[in-house]
Amino acid sequence: MTTPTAAKIRVLIAKPGLDGHDRGAKVVARALRDGGCEVIYTGIRQTPEMIAEAALQEDVDVVGLSILSGAHLELFPRVVEELKKRGVDDVLLFCGGIIPEEDTNALEGLGFKAVFRPGTNTQDVVKFVYEHVKK
Amino acid sequence: MDQLVERFLKGDRRALARVVTRVENQTDEGREYLRALFPHGGRAHTIGVTGGAGSGKSTLVGALAAEYRRRGKRVGIVAVDPSSPFTYGAILGDRIRMQDLALDEGVFMRSMASRGAIGGLAPTIDDVVAVLDAFGFDFILIETVGAGQDEVEIAGTALTTVLVNNPGTGDDIQALKAGIIEIADVLVVNKADHPGADVLVSQLQALLSLAPAGSRRPPIIKTTAVKGEGMEALAEAIDAHRQELESSGQLEEQRAIDARHQVLGIARAILLERIRVSTSDEELDALVRRVAARDLDPHSAAEALVASVGG
Repeated sequence: MTTPTAAKIRVLIAKPGLDGHDRGAKVVARALRDGGCEVIYTGIRQTPEMIAEAALQEDVDVVGLSILSGAHLELFPRVVEELKKRGVDDVLLFCGGIIPEEDTNALEGLGFKAVFRPGTNTQDVVKFVYEHVKK
Repeated sequence: MDQLVERFLKGDRRALARVVTRVENQTDEGREYLRALFPHGGRAHTIGVTGGAGSGKSTLVGALAAEYRRRGKRVGIVAVDPSSPFTYGAILGDRIRMQDLALDEGVFMRSMASRGAIGGLAPTIDDVVAVLDAFGFDFILIETVGAGQDEVEIAGTALTTVLVNNPGTGDDIQALKAGIIEIADVLVVNKADHPGADVLVSQLQALLSLAPAGSRRPPIIKTTAVKGEGMEALAEAIDAHRQELESSGQLEEQRAIDARHQVLGIARAILLERIRVSTSDEELDALVRRVAARDLDPHSAAEALVASVGG
């Protein structure tokens, strides 16, 4: 059994780009909170640099990106690049939102270990995080 | 370990972040790091920012940090948000209000969950502040969980405590009560563009005037943090407080009081951990059930536990 002071999985939930709808991100953040994670939520309209810098300072185990604008293949590679630039190369990456099936391979190629789409059971996200984080 | 400490002392921010994690998780490694780094600190001015939920603490911390950056100072920020009492998870949302600092190399901002601590802080807050201090920040801003009337622990962690008040949150009897208002070194009336701000300022002034002659009266600063207004005056008031402590010789005394508080707190935690390790769940369960059944009083039960580890 865990204790209040024991190490927790730290997750950054961020929304890159300009779309302002963060309900999905908040639902996932809440589910991870209820799953016992410490979730750093940065809010909307984050640049790739801001996301990478937050991941560095907060020393997170996981970065989850939420996007609805369709710009994922534009923005996600830049997030990955900014993380690498800062030496943050060992975080678990996942993403979610309106992302076409045909982009899955490209995202996996970038290092995203899961793509969650509308209709996902939030427990699957929590399970995914606990299965993939090395603690 | 030595490599990480070396990188830390060269100013590597990733090394800083990693050290904070280990210290926060109270690992053996974390304690080693703290031992190595503790002597490097002691120069930073630590500032606690406390006040009710939604009073504008995060926004104020962001705006104050920006003011220090204008003055060419480097700023570390630790912001605490509450952990769930049931799942121990947490949402840490203070970065949202500090976006303007997100890419500033002179600022390092860390979110912490309260992890079961009382008083609006986290169990390892003093250790994390010591690590930031060792990194060489000029100012370290410590933001508490939204505090009510009695969360006074921040005063033992920070050199200067800033209490954030808002207009429209109660009459002057609230401010007359004992508790959190007594620990304020600087009083802020934030959201000063809202109606009632001047009334609140005069209520606070009236209350401070009731203090015994010769006692310190904290300055009252009006701010509108969301617009960055009042930050110069706030920074000046905070500096003035430190200068007062230095010139009156109270600074050393204050540091000793804080260290005493910290050492006793750690000793308490060690003792509790020893009891936890040496007492099986079954033993503890048997003991507490006797208390629940009124067969034994709680003090005798606790004394039996402490005696069992030779305390």
